[in-house]
Amino acid sequence: MAKITKEQVERIAGLAHLAVTEDEVAMYTEQLQSIVTFANQLSELNTDDVIPTTHVIHETNVMREDVPKQSITQEEALKNAPDKKDGYFKVPPILE
Amino acid sequence: MSLYGYSIKDLEKQLKKKDISASELTEMSLKHIQESDEDIQAFITVDEEGAKKQAAALDHVEESERQSLYAIPQAMKDNIVTKGLRTTAGSQLLKNFNDPLYHATVVEKLHQAQSVMIGKVNLDEFGMGSTTEKSSFHVTKNPWNLDYVPGGSSGGSAAAVASGQVMFSLGSDTGGSIRQPSAFCGVVGMKPTYGLVSRYGLVSFASSLDHIGPITQSVEDNARVLEVIAGSDPLDSTSAHVQVPLYSEGLKEDIRGLKVAVPEEYLGEGVSEEVRESVLNALQMLELLGVKWEKISVPHSSYAAAAYYMISSAEASTSLARFDGVRFGERAKDANTVEEMFKQSRSEGFGEEVKRRIMLGTFALSAGNVDDFFKKGQRVRTKIIEEFQTIFSQYDLVIGPTTPTAAYKIGEIVDPVTAYANDILTIPSNLAGLPSISVPCGFTDEGLPLGLQIIGKHFDEQTVYRVAYAYEQATNHHKKRPVMGGQ
Repeated sequence: MAKITKEQVERIAGLAHLAVTEDEVAMYTEQLQSIVTFANQLSELNTDDVIPTTHVIHETNVMREDVPKQSITQEEALKNAPDKKDGYFKVPPILE
Repeated sequence: MSLYGYSIKDLEKQLKKKDISASELTEMSLKHIQESDEDIQAFITVDEEGAKKQAAALDHVEESERQSLYAIPQAMKDNIVTKGLRTTAGSQLLKNFNDPLYHATVVEKLHQAQSVMIGKVNLDEFGMGSTTEKSSFHVTKNPWNLDYVPGGSSGGSAAAVASGQVMFSLGSDTGGSIRQPSAFCGVVGMKPTYGLVSRYGLVSFASSLDHIGPITQSVEDNARVLEVIAGSDPLDSTSAHVQVPLYSEGLKEDIRGLKVAVPEEYLGEGVSEEVRESVLNALQMLELLGVKWEKISVPHSSYAAAAYYMISSAEASTSLARFDGVRFGERAKDANTVEEMFKQSRSEGFGEEVKRRIMLGTFALSAGNVDDFFKKGQRVRTKIIEEFQTIFSQYDLVIGPTTPTAAYKIGEIVDPVTAYANDILTIPSNLAGLPSISVPCGFTDEGLPLGLQIIGKHFDEQTVYRVAYAYEQATNHHKKRPVMGGQ
């Protein structure tokens, strides 16, 4: 059964774009272990020939006419931005 | 003055006779919130000015122009987007999201139906929790006893209705978040069929499991709200193309001869004696009303919670990837690079439970684990759906308790696995997308409400409502009202 290590928790946090403290790593390691142990009961069931469900209601190909229209303006799109400049979202440097 | 004890129909008559005006009704709601919400703490944002303005405009609407929810005060779960009105999803990350650009489709539809939105109500952050203790704002209290949780995640929605602050509210339900708080607060909560109600403008938690639905004092009120908010929506490609009947007009149809399956697992281990007894009493009552019921077995149901937590957390980890501090929401100060800014904004903005689910979901989707956890969960989901298909080929409804126990004390549940396992009775309907209602079915010795869950076939809300209505009319549970108190 999957054993959760601190290194693994740190790696997962990195993938999820979360900065975690040492205490949090310890806490999440323990908790993820107990949740994964709980989830491991699923392995008792044989599902070899079972198709995974991604969606319960089978609507197929919802189509519409491709008509261009204005949804929101640039001004509106930027209205809630924490930082902006000259009509753009502004962020800290992307390259060092 | 509390709105508890009224029905939408009562108020409609009074408005018609001019015994009360739209503005007076709104004033009643606002005043009662002012008097009671220091104790209940159902609201995150009360939109006093907006509500008064809506009501004042409605005062001048001629009788012939009035729509089905004319002047009825309501509250919106705060993960449903409202144009120009703060929408937080219970998160610090969105605490200053004061000016959303659009209304969710359900908000727009309720506006068209001329209801008055009083404000936004509390929830566990992003809908992740079952008590409102995971809200980053405050804990909502159970109106029946202030020492207890109202349930969650739509705890604010249920408490606001149970305490008579508003006539109805909307909640969202990913694993039980409408039905469980409705059971805990002694009100009626409906999670409709997946796709019946548009989710455009709902802050996504897990898109294959998320639903929006109404919470009300009575079954009839509930049907009246659902028939307004249901229907296909070009803005939500997962919304179903089905005709929406007027559920409220079919409530009184005969229920004799309907066949009900009662899974023995839903009354088994982990379910309290009081819950079991109240459900068996309800079944006895339904039998008197002409319904036939039989015990059956659903062996896969014990795997539902584990499958659900794998699928919902995996979907949540991707849904919540959009919160990055760039376009809206809080941004961490002092980050030197964009990468650091993403990480710090998310870490400061999300609470512990949300981070736990994102981590769990990222784990379940990561290389080496995706087959054993995420896809395994999806396969078990198929098995659970097949189990329901077999049942519904022979029965019209499935009935059982909404929750294994009555409400918990605030602070009682700390272990995440215990909290997750308590959702065992509501989760199957989300996995299978089935319409499910919780109606009051009794009280514990301590006076806390209990809920009966009625589950129907896809898009057969009408039969679910009919049976819920017949049961409600034959019992007195819904007439008992909370007397606020606690230690």
